[in-house]
Amino acid sequence: MATPSIAERAQDVVEEFALFDDWMGKYEYLIDLGKDVPAIDDSFKTPDYRIHGCQSQVWLRAEEQDGRVYFFADSDALITKGLISLLVRVFTGQPASDIATAQLEFLDKIGLQDHLSATRKNGLAAMVKRMKQYALLFSATVRN
Amino acid sequence: MPTPRTSVAFDVDAVRAAFPALQQTVYDELPLIYLDNAATAQKPRVVLDRMAHYYAVENSNIHRGVHFLSQQATDAYEQARQTVARFINAAHTHEVIFTRGTTEAINLIASSYGKTQVSAGDELVVSALEHHSNLVPWQMLCEEVGATLRIIPIHDDGSLDLDAYRSLLSERTKLVAVNHISNALGTINPIAQIIADAHALEIPVLIDGAQAAPHAKIDVRALDADFYCFSSHKMFGPTGIGVLYGKEAWLNALPPYQGGGDMIEQVSFERSTYDSLPHKFEAGTPHIAGGLGLAAAIDFMESLGHDAIEAHEREVLAYATERIGNIEGVRLIGTAPQKASVVSFLVGDIHPYDAGTILDRLGIAVRTGHHCAQPLMDRLGIPGTVRASFALYNTRNDVDALADGILKVKQLFA
Repeated sequence: MATPSIAERAQDVVEEFALFDDWMGKYEYLIDLGKDVPAIDDSFKTPDYRIHGCQSQVWLRAEEQDGRVYFFADSDALITKGLISLLVRVFTGQPASDIATAQLEFLDKIGLQDHLSATRKNGLAAMVKRMKQYALLFSATVRN
Repeated sequence: MPTPRTSVAFDVDAVRAAFPALQQTVYDELPLIYLDNAATAQKPRVVLDRMAHYYAVENSNIHRGVHFLSQQATDAYEQARQTVARFINAAHTHEVIFTRGTTEAINLIASSYGKTQVSAGDELVVSALEHHSNLVPWQMLCEEVGATLRIIPIHDDGSLDLDAYRSLLSERTKLVAVNHISNALGTINPIAQIIADAHALEIPVLIDGAQAAPHAKIDVRALDADFYCFSSHKMFGPTGIGVLYGKEAWLNALPPYQGGGDMIEQVSFERSTYDSLPHKFEAGTPHIAGGLGLAAAIDFMESLGHDAIEAHEREVLAYATERIGNIEGVRLIGTAPQKASVVSFLVGDIHPYDAGTILDRLGIAVRTGHHCAQPLMDRLGIPGTVRASFALYNTRNDVDALADGILKVKQLFA
């Protein structure tokens, strides 16, 4: 079976969040999702893998296999961890070139936009940027 | 028989009504509970009106124009300086220098005092409680001239270790720079004692009063402070303007900070001579409306009375300390005996960002993180705190809303 695309996975996330009609439920779900994020090994929790621009600490690393990128992440704050779990879920295992060019409107559609906007100090923009940087790096490596 | 005069009671509802921003709701019609006053305070209508009136009617450049509007604006701006001088009990109005804020005031001294009075091998003393704005300028100065920064340590309750402070002072010490009230923990520092100890060794002292101006009576002469800095926006005035108070003798001795218009006496291509105080330190067109707004904010505070404000704030802080401190799992950070209007805390092992995000969603504005005091958080061994900071318009109701919010946070992250 083909891997669902970034757009398809994003649509799944939007539909899941639509099941909750209050913000508290959405946050509870977000926090739960954070528990499923593929954990980054503690040995990678170093400044090299730290994403700046977050009020909490976030670490992210990526591996490439056959042109697809796999992400591992952690944060000491659960809401932040939930946010990054959404990104990891949508991106991981996708072709590097798709990640590098992906649009992420789904974040505006899950009903938490007050907290997911790029200007919030949750570092969401920095996380997306770092994931795309990994993807660009890997797609360049693959081409060579 | 005449009725005995009693002081006018502090009517917090009337005070709140004076602040348009406090009347709004956020998210789904939630009343705004504003507890981020240490970051910036809301503005009363009189301040907004004063600034709007300036731009609508009085707008013109000051100190140079011969025309009616310019003269009127100059008079108003210099009147604002007098209001500030009276507010802090300065000996001379020209000891009040308008800056962009506390940060610029400190940078001014780090530059003008640092360049002329500090050299290689000298030491500067700051405390472990400082905001980055009273730390980084001194680090930059030390790096530039080869001086060393010495840090007054704190006790676990967030009060300064005064014995250690005294042992740091020596003939090498060129300046002591400490805050009056800690922004992160609310500790009120014994600055009169700190100044007296430094002066015994003829060391000048700069006080960062950013957190004190909205809460405490400031008397620079009684304190004998050499320099005292504060920001308008934390004391109900506009952003973009603040004050450097300096003793006349120091300000006369120090070189200008920035060059430009309004600070000169004579200019030729060979050399320029500088204007007298306070203009020597005020290059360029100042924030005229800001100065007028700040004066209006001071008038507003004085109309309520310092004693009444302090009594009200003390009561709210005591209630908050008890109410929030008694919630199971809450740990108060900063429990010094002398505190002002700040309750900094952690809820169990819940990250401050998580707690702050949920409180925000409940309409409660708090600050989370390191509060621009990273070394202090390192010293306390915590990533940061949730900080509720109160102003004269906050009430027990606000504290109750915060306490309810914390219970929701606990429930969500249980």
